Amino acid sequence: MENHTTKSHHPGYSTYFFVWLALLAFTSITVTVAGISLGKYTMLVALGIAAIKSALVINIFMHIKFEEKIFKVFLALSFFTLLIIFILTSFDIIYR
Amino acid sequence: MSSHQEGTVAHVHRDDVGAKMGMWLFLFTEVLLFGGMFLVYAFYRFQHQDQFRIAAMELNTGIGTLNTVILLTSSLTVALAIAAIQKGNRFLSVLMLNITLVFAVMFMVNKYFEWSAKISHGLFPGSKEMLDLPNGQILFYGLYYVMTGLHALHVIIGVLVLSFMLIQLMKKKITQDNHVKLENAGLYWHLVDLIWIFLFPLFYLIQ
Repeated sequence: MENHTTKSHHPGYSTYFFVWLALLAFTSITVTVAGISLGKYTMLVALGIAAIKSALVINIFMHIKFEEKIFKVFLALSFFTLLIIFILTSFDIIYR
Repeated sequence: MSSHQEGTVAHVHRDDVGAKMGMWLFLFTEVLLFGGMFLVYAFYRFQHQDQFRIAAMELNTGIGTLNTVILLTSSLTVALAIAAIQKGNRFLSVLMLNITLVFAVMFMVNKYFEWSAKISHGLFPGSKEMLDLPNGQILFYGLYYVMTGLHALHVIIGVLVLSFMLIQLMKKKITQDNHVKLENAGLYWHLVDLIWIFLFPLFYLIQ
């Protein structure tokens, strides 16, 4: 292992502040869009925005972007586990 | 613990990366816990689309949005508290952690008003009004109470954990060079925020 002087990777206060502003912007978008009827796509748009927001939180607030690779592997593994559970169950719902 | 002396400086037994890894593994079990509930939600929403929409109209979008803003901001203040201690600014760190706790309490106060309004309208599991509703609406309210309730429980635990960290910070047990505890508490708090990011559109924003 290399020496762990990870201090240089920490983002400054302003980065967190801008991420927070982006999160608030996405929140106002999702609330506004919910008032407009998009039919089938309403849920898709809402979940898409939620996915973008969670990516911001995970990467910046939770530091995943600045962590070692193994953390990203863990994250991907748990994400795909959840995804597989959802996809397999949806087959059961659709073809029941 | 072995008498392994290198001069006068004691060797510190610490593994910050390992500690964080352990925290992340715990967070994944939490994700699976809530993931299972989101799966149940998806299944029943698919089966009762219209009833879910009608039931969701009863929820207060204003309070939901306010609580979203509160949680997002509290996530910011936790991140800032960690950044501050990393830069050696204990005062700012303590301040930010205090603000986080205030936001968390505000969230719970809103939740209290929201739930008590529902309960005073007779909308709670097992009530007479509830049992007269169609099945889809009963399921919606059941999921609403269980999922936001479990989330609220996480907020309460988060308050306890962050309060503990605040005390540690003020006692100088958490320092610029040793702050992994605070970081892990922060990770937990961000997870609480993360779950709410999905709960909010799925319960409050169905039109």
